[in-house]
Amino acid sequence: MKQGTYSISANVEIASGIFRMRLEGDTSAFLRGGQFVDIAVPGFFLRRPLAVREWDDKGFDVVYKVVGEGTAILSGLKEGERLEVLTGLGNGFDARACRSSALVVCGGLGASPAFSLVKELLRTGRKVTVILGFNRATEVVLFKEYQALGADVHLVTVDGSAGLKGFVTDAVNLLSPEYDYFYTCGPKVMMKALCGQLEGPGEVSLEERMGCGCGICYGCTCHTVSGPKRVCADGPVFKKEEVIW
Amino acid sequence: MVTSVDICGVHFKNPVVPASGTFGFGLEMAPVYDLNLLGGISLKGTTRDPRFGNECPRIAECPDGMINSVGLQNPGIDALLRDKLPALRSLYGGVVIANVSGFSVEEYSECCARAASAPEVDMLEVNVSCPNVHGGGLAFGTSAKAAAEVTSAARKACGGKPVFVKLSPNVTDIVEIAKACEEAGADGLTLINTVLGMRIDIRSRKPVVANRYGGFSGRAVFPIALRMVNQVSRACNIPIMGCGGVSRAEDVIEMMMAGASLVQVGAENLRNPMVCKEIVESLPLVMERLGINDINEIIGIV
Repeated sequence: MKQGTYSISANVEIASGIFRMRLEGDTSAFLRGGQFVDIAVPGFFLRRPLAVREWDDKGFDVVYKVVGEGTAILSGLKEGERLEVLTGLGNGFDARACRSSALVVCGGLGASPAFSLVKELLRTGRKVTVILGFNRATEVVLFKEYQALGADVHLVTVDGSAGLKGFVTDAVNLLSPEYDYFYTCGPKVMMKALCGQLEGPGEVSLEERMGCGCGICYGCTCHTVSGPKRVCADGPVFKKEEVIW
Repeated sequence: MVTSVDICGVHFKNPVVPASGTFGFGLEMAPVYDLNLLGGISLKGTTRDPRFGNECPRIAECPDGMINSVGLQNPGIDALLRDKLPALRSLYGGVVIANVSGFSVEEYSECCARAASAPEVDMLEVNVSCPNVHGGGLAFGTSAKAAAEVTSAARKACGGKPVFVKLSPNVTDIVEIAKACEEAGADGLTLINTVLGMRIDIRSRKPVVANRYGGFSGRAVFPIALRMVNQVSRACNIPIMGCGGVSRAEDVIEMMMAGASLVQVGAENLRNPMVCKEIVESLPLVMERLGINDINEIIGIV
C-alpha cells in the first residue's frame, strides 16, 4: 500500500451514470489486475474503494457508477483537481493460475477490474474468452475496449437490448467455451450461480462495504472454508472453492 | 522537550496509542511505517474462542465519523499468544496493550490471566464496553456492580501487570462506573468506547449495518469523549487513556489537558492509516508553539 496525491486528467460519463476517471501519479504499488484503490472524497469521512481498470507508469483509471453521495461528488470533479488516494490494495487475480485458455465472466462494473487481467492473460499467450453481462444496452461499458485487446468477447444483456438476451450463465451454456481456469467479477448472485455452473478451478472477486481498505479494521470480513477473511486485505480475489456463499 | 509518559511503571516514549479495533494486531501496519515510533499499541479485542463477529455490512458512513458493527471478530486467545504477539514483538519494541473481552466474569478472568502471562504483553485493557455483542462486553460496562466484578476478577488474574478498564459512553453516569472500577482495583481507565448509533438507507428502507445498530466514532465524538475524560479525571485518582475522535496533535494536547495521561487514536486510522505517524511527528512542533516543554505538565490542568 502507498499513499499519494493524484491529479485528475479525465472524468467522463461513459454510460448511463457510469464514469471513467483517470488519475495521474505514482503507480509503483500496482501489481496485478483486480487490485483496488481507496479514494478520499472531499467532505466524507470514509474513503471510497474502487477497482483499478488499467494503469501505466504515469497513472491509472477507475470506472465507477454513481450510487450514493460520495460517488456523486466524485462524478462532479474536474480535470486538474487533486485527490488523495491509497493505492496497491488487495491481492488481485492470479493470471499464472491459467495454463492455456481462460474464461472471464463479468457482470456490470465487474468488467473494470478484469480488464488488466485479460490484458495480462493475452500478453502471456493465453487464449481468452470474455463474457460481459449487463442489465441493458445503456449500461454497457468497456465492450469495445475488450475487443481492441484482441479477446474473444461476447456481450449479453438481461433485456436483450444489446448482444445476447439473458444472463451470463445462459451465455456460458450457449457458447460452451473452452477453458482450464475461470475468473469472475460481478454481483454476488451472479458469481454464486456461475461457480455452481462452471466446472474446474477459478477465482472470484468479492465486494463488501469497507472501513479502512487495508486490513486493520476487520469491517469487510467474509466467510470462507478456512475461516473469516478480510475482503480488502486477504481478497478481494478468492479461489472458487474457498468462498462460502 | 519531553514527550514520554510513565504510567503504572510502564514507559511510553510518547502518549500516542492506536486504539483497539482500529489497528489490527499491529502487524498489518508494519509494512506501512515503523511501528516503533508509536508510544504503544492497543491490540484488536480478543476473546477466549475465535469469533467471526457480526454479518456484513458492518460499516456505515456518517458525518465526521462512521459506524462499525464488527462484533469482536478475533482469532481467539490461543492465536493471540501463539502467533500475533511473537510476530509483533519481533519488530516492535514499544508498549503492547492486550485488549480482552468476554461473555462471563470467568471468561474475562481466563483471558486476562492468559494474556498477562505472555511476556510480550506490558499492559491489559479490559473491554466492558463493546456495543456490538449481545450478552457480552457492554452488558458488563453499563452497571457499576458488574463492571466492578469484572475489574476485580481481571485485577486478580493479571498478576503484576497494569489493568486498564475500557468504559462505555452509553451510560447514564460514567463517573459512577469509573469510580466502581477504581475501587475494584483498576490501575487505569480507557474512555470512551463507541457511541451506540444507527444509519438507515432511505432507498432500501433498511438499516445500513446488518446488525441494525453499531458503534459511532470519529471526529464527531471528540467533544463527548473530552467531556467524559474530564469528568472522570476530576472524580478518580487513576490514570486515563483518552479515546474518541482524536485526529491530530492538537487533539492529543486537548485530551491531555482534559485529564488523559495517554491518548488513543481510533477511527481516524481507518480514513488515514498514516495518522498516528503524523501525530507523533507533529506533536513536538505543536508543543513548541504552545510553550509546552514537558507533556506531563498539561495532564489534567483544565
